[in-house]
Amino acid sequence: MSGLVLKGVSREFGPVKAVNDVDLEVPNGRFVCLLGPSGCGKTTLLRMIAGLDVPTAGSISIDGEDITRLPTHKRNLGMVFQSLALFPHLTVGGNIAYALRIRGLSREEQAHRVEELLALVHLPGYADRAVSKLSGGQRQRVAIARALAVSPRLFLLDEPLSALDAKLREAMQVELRQLQQQLGITTIVVTHDQREAMTMADTVIVMQGGEIRQAASPVEIYRKPADTFVADFIGSTNLIDIARDGDHVTLLGRQTSVAMPYGVSKATLSVRPEDVELTAPTEDLPEAKITFVRDLGGAIEFFLDAGGTQVIAVTSPRARPEVAIGDRVGLRLDPARSVVLTR
Amino acid sequence: MRREPAHGLAQHLPVIFPGLMLTVFFIVPFGTMVLVSFFRRQQGGFYVPDFVLANYARFLTPFFGNVLAFSLYLAIAVAVVSLIVAVPFTYLIARSRRQTQVIWLVALLSILSLSEVIIGFAWSTLLSRTAGITNLLVRVGLMDAPKALVPGFGAVLTGMVYQAMPYAVLVLYPSMVRLDPTLTEAARTLGASPLKAFFTVVLPALRTTLIATLIMAFIFALGSYLLPQILGRPSHWTLSVLITDQALYQSNMPFAAAMAVFLVLVSLALVTLTMFVGKKLEA
Amino acid sequence: MERFLSRLYLALVGIFLAAPIVVVTGVSFNEKQNLAFPPQGFSFHWFAEIFVNPEWFRALVASVLLAITSAALAVAIALPLAWFLWRRVAPWARVFQLLGVAPFTLPPVITALGFLTFWATSGFYGQPWTAVIAHAIFFVTLPLVTLTLGFSSIDRSLTEAAATMGADDRTVFRTVVLPLILPYVVSGYAFAFVLSLNEYIVAYMTIGFVQETLPIKVFNALRYGYTPTMAAVSVLFVAVTATVFGLIARFGDLPKLMGAMSSKD
Repeated sequence: MSGLVLKGVSREFGPVKAVNDVDLEVPNGRFVCLLGPSGCGKTTLLRMIAGLDVPTAGSISIDGEDITRLPTHKRNLGMVFQSLALFPHLTVGGNIAYALRIRGLSREEQAHRVEELLALVHLPGYADRAVSKLSGGQRQRVAIARALAVSPRLFLLDEPLSALDAKLREAMQVELRQLQQQLGITTIVVTHDQREAMTMADTVIVMQGGEIRQAASPVEIYRKPADTFVADFIGSTNLIDIARDGDHVTLLGRQTSVAMPYGVSKATLSVRPEDVELTAPTEDLPEAKITFVRDLGGAIEFFLDAGGTQVIAVTSPRARPEVAIGDRVGLRLDPARSVVLTR
Repeated sequence: MRREPAHGLAQHLPVIFPGLMLTVFFIVPFGTMVLVSFFRRQQGGFYVPDFVLANYARFLTPFFGNVLAFSLYLAIAVAVVSLIVAVPFTYLIARSRRQTQVIWLVALLSILSLSEVIIGFAWSTLLSRTAGITNLLVRVGLMDAPKALVPGFGAVLTGMVYQAMPYAVLVLYPSMVRLDPTLTEAARTLGASPLKAFFTVVLPALRTTLIATLIMAFIFALGSYLLPQILGRPSHWTLSVLITDQALYQSNMPFAAAMAVFLVLVSLALVTLTMFVGKKLEA
Repeated sequence: MERFLSRLYLALVGIFLAAPIVVVTGVSFNEKQNLAFPPQGFSFHWFAEIFVNPEWFRALVASVLLAITSAALAVAIALPLAWFLWRRVAPWARVFQLLGVAPFTLPPVITALGFLTFWATSGFYGQPWTAVIAHAIFFVTLPLVTLTLGFSSIDRSLTEAAATMGADDRTVFRTVVLPLILPYVVSGYAFAFVLSLNEYIVAYMTIGFVQETLPIKVFNALRYGYTPTMAAVSVLFVAVTATVFGLIARFGDLPKLMGAMSSKD
């Protein structure tokens, strides 16, 4: 197939399996985020795609060409490093022109392309500045421009925005996504920030323990997590034990209409806080006591104790129920908006 | 860039020239010297291959015992005094502004360019009766008459500490300047005075560097050859002086080589001991 | 109070460090042949003597040539070794690092004697180039240490970034590593140069009976008849050294070269 294909890729560091038997297909032009907590293997995976690390097993190919052992410098990549790795001995222009210079392009061609790229990242006229004189956001843009200088086959970014403050980071996320769509370049971003992944990616790949837990669109990852890890890692959720009891399924001590897969006696129900509705206590709904209320202005969070299980509910200020700490309430969990997880 | 093992001749190429140079011109000469230390001396300054221990046996005389003991004593004294002077000095430099640091560093590096001979000459002048600092003390009224402080043990010690100082500071500087200043600030907020913070936080944090500096100054002093001759009496001559004397003027190479080998062994033993004690302190 | 004590301490050590230089400077401008201090009269005569007197001038040329060549050789040995140790996983190559540090850490008389026996045995004793090799080996420690420090201060992601942009190993070295390590090459060379210029015992044991370098000449002068020329030589050297390192500080980041963090951090 056309695009990037990883088959059974593993990377062991001594006894540690940093990446374990990963299969992945990224069609050309796609924006993919590798998302996971630190130590999940996402950076190692990216480095193997870049050729900065070699898999201990498996293969990597682009457009049908096996590149598993191809040296980095022959892969035609653009990469933005977490540290940005801007050359301190070169100017902004020198950094961006680096790939062009070592390919032997003339000075005029280099200068022309540098201006083009600087315009692309909204830094026109910065070519002669020293890298050390730039702000964090500007350095970020220079690193991006530099990586795109030779129109690479793959655009790789390792935690590219982690050094920026929150406001700038969000702006850059939007900008990066727009830039990628404008250029139509296959892009892989490593991040531990789920908001970042949700904002930018066509496909989010959630990793943990060196393995891919789920690969899907941002909405699907959020609405239909594949397992408890993904459900818990993406956004916040309530993970509630459910069990089969004869013909019925019980949840927090009450019968429920939630359906459990055949042949499973115990499972976990993932319900997003915004899908938990507080009602007056009734016979057929699980009961809980309010232990804490957090009013964030834009949303109100209720912390509840349902017979030893903590449940969180979120409402908008307009739908705020008239309750206070210590009140007993009923919990209505929408079966259509909750997911039964068996692992 | 991932560090990877070198494969094939091409990737080993960079290490071949340095490896060859160091092997041929350090290992071989050192080995030659060790061999010669077992050779037998012939009249007229030559020596023939042999295996005799006579060269080593000569150490057992009280004379060489005394020289060795004095050499070690002097080296330890120099190392300790250098450290005591250099540590607060370097600490204060490292805490100063960048420009001030540059000035001090340039000054120290310039002192490096003073040859041992000149240091000896300058201190012999400074400590002499006719032109020395005692004249200054007399003028201020602290002394009755100018006095010669040279030759003497104090003069040797002063000269050698002076010589070792720039090296000691330059070894201490990197760790001192990289030491996180919030460490002392943390100690200060916990109620330690500046001095107390220095002794309870800064020095323990720099243990390894302090030991390295001590060893460096010690070995440096052990090798000192000119200063004991210029600033001291014959009783202040070190093993290095005797080695040179035997090699060049008495033309007894085997004996000189044996002393040199012995000096290496003693230095290595003391370095090992110091590091061992350092490890113990850390534990 | 605390500030005052700090300054006082710095000042005292400063005086201690400066005193010999003051003496030597005073003597070098002395009018008379005798070694009087404080100096009597004022004269540039002894500075001129270095260049006019053929003996002193020959020693000066010999020393400078020795320092230029041996420092270059020391860097030529240290640079590939330090690069290799930084670039490759090669625990066995640590042996060479140890060998590179050993000559300078052992008492100098050991290295000197080793070379004396070696050159005498191999029959090259007295050749001028033997001192070049001896000094290069003896002082290789200095460029090796500064270069090792220099390489460790290079962010490896810089070379990775260059590789992703299409640079092979050789190009990475030429376009990224070399420009970044160059200040350390310069300071390593400067160290080896300055120390070689003033080294006595190794030079004495290798070529001392054939040729006089400046330190040998100065020592002989001290022993067999004082002349303020020796002081003038020292003042000249201190001035040159201060200028060299002053320039390095002016155009580079001296504290960083000596192991501090970058001033921009």
